Parts: sequence; C-alpha cells; structure tokens
Amino acid sequence: MKNWRQPSILPGFGLTLGYTIFYLTVIILIPLAALVWRSASLGWDEFVAIALDERTLLALKVSFGCSLIAASINAVFGVLTAWVLVRYHFPGRRLLDAIIDLPFALPTAVAGISLAALYAPKGWVGSLFAPLGIKIAFTPLGIVVALVFVGLPFVVRTVQPVMQEIDREVEEVAATLGANRFQTISRVILPGLMPAILTGFALAFARAVGEYGSVIFIAGNIPYVSEIAPLLIVIRLEEFNYAGATSIACIMLIISFAMLLLINLLQMCSRRRYANVR
Amino acid sequence: MSTFLKHLGGLLVGLSLTAGIAAPAFADAKLLNVSYDPTREFYKEYNAAFAKHWKDETGENVTVQQSHGGSGKQARAVIDGLDADVVTLALESDIDAIARNTGKIPADWRSRLPNNSAPYTSTIVFLVRKGNPKGIHDWGDLVKGDVQIVTPNPKTSGGARWNYLAAWAWAHKEFGGDEAKIKEYVAEIFRRTPVLDTGARGSTVTFAQREIGDVLIAWENEAYLAGREFGNDAFEIVVPKLSILAEPPVAVVDGNVDARGTRKVAEAYLEYLYSPEGQTLAARHFYRPSKPELVPAEQLTLPKLDLVTIDDPIFGGWAKAQPAHFGDGGIFDQIYKPAR
Repeated sequence: MKNWRQPSILPGFGLTLGYTIFYLTVIILIPLAALVWRSASLGWDEFVAIALDERTLLALKVSFGCSLIAASINAVFGVLTAWVLVRYHFPGRRLLDAIIDLPFALPTAVAGISLAALYAPKGWVGSLFAPLGIKIAFTPLGIVVALVFVGLPFVVRTVQPVMQEIDREVEEVAATLGANRFQTISRVILPGLMPAILTGFALAFARAVGEYGSVIFIAGNIPYVSEIAPLLIVIRLEEFNYAGATSIACIMLIISFAMLLLINLLQMCSRRRYANVR
Repeated sequence: MSTFLKHLGGLLVGLSLTAGIAAPAFADAKLLNVSYDPTREFYKEYNAAFAKHWKDETGENVTVQQSHGGSGKQARAVIDGLDADVVTLALESDIDAIARNTGKIPADWRSRLPNNSAPYTSTIVFLVRKGNPKGIHDWGDLVKGDVQIVTPNPKTSGGARWNYLAAWAWAHKEFGGDEAKIKEYVAEIFRRTPVLDTGARGSTVTFAQREIGDVLIAWENEAYLAGREFGNDAFEIVVPKLSILAEPPVAVVDGNVDARGTRKVAEAYLEYLYSPEGQTLAARHFYRPSKPELVPAEQLTLPKLDLVTIDDPIFGGWAKAQPAHFGDGGIFDQIYKPAR
C-alpha cells in the first residue's frame, strides 16, 4: 500500500470522505447494527443452536448453492450477451438492449408467477421437460431458473462498458502474432474483462441470495429440500420469534459479506495481474 | 391468454399487501380493517353496506379502508404499529398475539361479541378436478394410490393450520386416538404435497391454474370462490363427513380506537356483522353465518357435516394447539424431519 491519500487537484477530501461515511452509516450500517442488536437478545448458545440446526443449514445451502449456480450461469451467458450487443450491429439491437434491464424493473412477484406458470409440469416449457422426467418448477432447479432471471442484467451491464473499450486492433495484433481464436479470447480478451465479470458475478450473486419474491412461487418451499433461507426467516417471524428470524438473517449477512469480500479480493488480484490491459 | 392475464392481474392485486381504498376528502370517519386473505370480496361488499347503514343511523360518512394478507403477517403488522381500528383475522391465536405483544386489546376480547367474537364461521373442504377422477370422498382417500395434494404451509398460513387440524381431527376419530397412527397419516398428507405455498390464495392458484395435484384442501368459501373464478365446470367440491369448525374472530383494537377517537364507529362496524344484513352478506360469500336464523333460507345452501372445534379435548384450544403443532420444533416440524 502506497500513501493512502492520493494527492488530488480538487480540494475537499475530508468533506467528501466524511459525507461518504455518514451516508453509508445512516443507510446501511445502522439498520444492520439494529439487526445484530436484535439477535443479540438471544444467548450465544441459542444463536449457535439456531445456526447449526439442520433445517437452517439446509436452507442456507439451498440459498447460497442455487445463488452460486445462477450467478455462474449468468457470468457465462451475460458475457456472451454483452459481446453480441457490443460487437455486432443488427436490427432490433437497441430493443434487445432495453429488454436486458426488464428484470431490474419487474416486481419480483410478477417474475415468480410467470416463471412458475411457464415451468410448471403443465406449462409451456415445463411440458417439454415433463416427458423426460425432469421437473423444473417446485424443485431447486426452479429456484435456479428464477435466480438466473433476476440476476441476468448485472453481468451484462457491468461487462458492456469495458467491452466497448477494447480495441479491435488488439485482436488483430493477436491474430498476426499467430494466436488462434481460442487463444485470442482466453489470453487477450477475457483477462481484461475479468474484473468486470467478477463485479457482475458478485452483484448477481448478492441479489440472488437476498431474493424472496420470485423464488417462493416456483420453489415449492418443501422443508429440507427447496426451502430458501429468506423463507425460513419469514417462518420464524410468523412464529413471532423475532430473535430466531434475526439470527438467521445475521448468519446470511456474515456469509454474504465474507463471500463478497473474497470476490473483491479476487478482483484486486486480477486487476494487478492485468494492470496493463484496460 | 386473456383469461390468464386476468387471473394474473387478479392474483397480483391479491398479492399486494394492502389494498387501501382511496378515501374521499369529505369523509367524517375513517376506519382501517386489517383482515386476512380470503375475506377480500366479502368485506368489499360489507363495507359499502355498513357505510350506508351508518349514514342512515347517524348522518355521518364513514370510509373503511381494507388491508389483506396472510393472517400471521397481518397480525405482525399491527404489532409493529399498523394503526388498525379493527382486526378480522383467521385465527384466535393471531389476535391473542396482538393482545399479548401490544396490550392494545384486552386478554378477554373473545367474550365481547357473540359466538366467541366469530360473526361467521367456515370449515375445510376438498376441491377436486371435474368428475373426481381419483374418487376422493373423505379424508382417508387422500392417502390412497398416487393422489397428490395441494395445501399451503401451516407455518405461514392460517388456513393451512385449519387444514392440518381438520386432517388431525379425522385421523383421531379413525384411529381411536392412536397418536403414532395420526402422525403417520398427517405426515403422509404432507409427503404427497409437492408445493407448500405461503398463503391460501397461492395454493388455490397452484391447484387451479398450474394444474398441480389432484385435490386442494381449502377454506370452504375459498373453494366456492375458486369455482366461481375459474369456472364451475373445471372443479367439484367434496365435503368430507367430518371437518373442523374454523372461527375467524374479530376484535376492536382498543389502544388504537381510543387514540384516534373511532371507538363508537369501530364497535358499531363489528356489531353490524351480526345484523341480518351482515349475516346474509357472509352467507352470500360462502361463510357460515353464526346466526343463521337471521338469514333468508334460500341463502343457507352450505351442506351440513360433523364439525370438531379447536376447543375439543383433542386440541385443547389454540393456546395449547398452536405451540404443540405449529411452534418451533412442534409436531409439524417433526413431520418433515428427514429420517436418518
């Protein structure tokens, strides 16, 4: 770490930093502190008992597992989608570009209901898979489908601007130096995109972990099988068990924070390695 | 497709937590009625009838705002500070929770209005596909062959708790009180349930629109509404020989009405539910009026059946049944414990 305060032409560092910290505190830290405070009304033993309860563990596994799978799918296909939108000009490109943002704007309940209708055994898509013995709606697979849907825009939107910066000449140079297409993509283009892809992945993942509205319609919500952690929190609230609900929330918070931190570290590493590629 | 959209729209309205009706600016009195899911259509009509009655009686305009959602969620909203003048929920234990957690309702609230503060009652019936292809006539048929069942999650839905208790009551009679066999039967019901929706409306949609399952265990009024909503030619209602008497209770929230000065109109609002007009409207919306003698005979079309109440010794009242069956680690939780 060099000198942490980088000289800047514009004054006002103290003021802006103060504002940033104040803003984050009011908007994020105080509510989260209240959450921790509320769960602290439980003793440590009870907290651990709730955390290690098999049902909690399995719900967390479903939540984080499905979120990871969905974010990975989005990382791959989001990059592909962004590539097509950036690199090719075709009629309807603008329209397609606008459609990408729809999952941001749509109430998640609408997404959940439509997806459940489509992927149910009698639905348009579900009926194609039913003869093969593949059930999508009301299984963890359905959860992944819903999470892919809500997370799609994140990767596309974070990768797009970086892609626009890549010069075609770079690819041409790679080709003249004897790289085949696969090498061009894997050694030249992707490394530069990696930080952006990771950011998009982290955002899609974080959004998926916290997702409730679209998932409960398609999950089936069977305890130990397709019950997500946010639903378990709601169930604890229905039992008027605020402490139990907030402890599960706290556990989710800790895991999410740890994972986001890890992803951020990965990003820093990939930035360092390819600092010359912008 | 357009019907699909219509239902989707209807469901979305059903999902929105609060369906507040905009109040005209000249309203003299305003009431907020915090209710549960399937009462939507009934209170819409009742509110109009009551407003007219109140106007004739006192000359005062009254606007009633409605809020609907899962019963437990609604109770929690009131506990967390939603200013309800009256609560009309699915379960006694939800109003008890408000009384216990806020002190805004006295502990003896049930004794303040006739019939344990339940102006209308309901019961649990089955909705099956047209022609009843699986031959479901009573509770025992639910666990035969490959029957698939749709019922909501008792942890999040008041109606689902009644479904569960009705099944329990039947099994109790069938197996002569053999606890192990009763549990096995109820567990089998949930093993055959591929989807646990969080509320009664969600289950109705799962069964009727997604075409999941062979039988929906539902509130009686919800089953009739589904018939009306999705076309009577698609489903049949099956009334089991024995079911449970569900008493959705109502209460004035004293702490709120005293603060807002609406006590008089709030009390009149609940009392009017017991009037001939209130009772007839309840019957028209497929509830069972608690004073059937006030209702014209042609409105009383619901079939007679054996009804067990929650105060029956097998349950011992809500205060006992709620934690024993639906509390954390209760019997419902044990049912799902994976066998290892």
